[in-house]
Amino acid sequence: MSEHKRKEWPLWEVFVRGQHGLSHRHVGSLHAPDAEMAINNARDVYTRRSEGVSIWVVPAEAITATSSGDKEPLFEPANDKVYRHPTFYDIPDEIGHM
Amino acid sequence: MYAQKVESTGAKPKSLDEMDPQERAFQERIDANIKIEPKEWMPEGYRKTLIRQISQHAHSEIVGQLPEGNWITRAPTLDRKAILLAKVQDEAGHGLYLYCAAETLGVTRDQLTEQLLSGKAKYSSIFNYPTLTWADIGAIGWLVDGAAIMNQVPLQRCSYGPYSRAMIRVCKEESFHQRQGYDIMMTLSKGSEAQRAMAQDALNRWWWPSLMMFGPSDAESVHSAQSMAWGIKQDSNDDLRQKFVDQTVPQAEYLGLKVPDDDIVWNEAKNDGKGGYDFGEVNWDEFFDVLAGNGPCNAERLGARVKAWEDGAWFREGLMAHADKQAARKIAA
Repeated sequence: MSEHKRKEWPLWEVFVRGQHGLSHRHVGSLHAPDAEMAINNARDVYTRRSEGVSIWVVPAEAITATSSGDKEPLFEPANDKVYRHPTFYDIPDEIGHM
Repeated sequence: MYAQKVESTGAKPKSLDEMDPQERAFQERIDANIKIEPKEWMPEGYRKTLIRQISQHAHSEIVGQLPEGNWITRAPTLDRKAILLAKVQDEAGHGLYLYCAAETLGVTRDQLTEQLLSGKAKYSSIFNYPTLTWADIGAIGWLVDGAAIMNQVPLQRCSYGPYSRAMIRVCKEESFHQRQGYDIMMTLSKGSEAQRAMAQDALNRWWWPSLMMFGPSDAESVHSAQSMAWGIKQDSNDDLRQKFVDQTVPQAEYLGLKVPDDDIVWNEAKNDGKGGYDFGEVNWDEFFDVLAGNGPCNAERLGARVKAWEDGAWFREGLMAHADKQAARKIAA
């Protein structure tokens, strides 16, 4: 967020912890001049009905994401490792719950 | 609806055979109810149609604050004032959810704002009617938000992920809007002669504009077929309008009010034998005239938005300058 050539406020992604014990979840984005204002705006835009107990805001430009083209090479290796799932193993009924 | 006139290419939807492999794969995902997400490939027409539809929807939420905002300072009780304030704040929130969804398609917030302020972008015709009495606030919640819900519930299933998710948030909040409106109408209709007359007058003025919210008849809507094939639109304008009439006429009867349409009559054969109301023809000349900018309040509404944007410039720039200064200080330290 070094220089702001444009007059438009930067974009922030907003994450809200719905209740204690849960992780933060992405709820949307908003524009704000700085992090403090982004938190204030996020409170008004995304938690008007007590939807959260904690808010994170992250500059949208700081997020690195997989691209949709990555889908196959990136996630395919997991597909043939079925032995990672408990259901891969047959355990006799006599043994009971395992 | 909130996006009543979404221009598209006007061309008929292509069949799967006519599409190139990329487009076919895209259409097959939509047909399989798999959501499309921002960075994925999409046909240019899909992107453009969505930008137009979502931004019209967002502009409608923002301009929609004005008719109701008109009564915040004159609400009859402190309770009603607090409720109306919360409702109008929700509309601002809905506008913001939707602008964010539109921005994921590669258009900036300033571009969207500029399109609204220059008059290039449309917003719903309904907000170009004046709120003359307190009963109008009841009628808007009951009818206008009622019509909005009817349209937005199916949009939760829209093929574009960010729009669908924004609609889910909006729908969660919208029910409060309609119920507070009906609550105002119930109070008025149980009140004095003058209060009942005020409620009836509001219904008389808001009924037809509410029916217009669903947009032109399907027979005249050239853009519907492609939007339906793309999963941007789920139901036809006429189907939603019929559903709205069927739902609302009994609610008016409960209030002891009369819907201002002499052609309203129960028809058992309608809706595949489930029955429904016949109703009169909407004045489409009025609809297109209001949409073209000639409604009672078009100039006033746009004027208010332009003034808000211009009067707020020092604030936006001031906060940005402050943020830059803070960032520079951090680097220096």
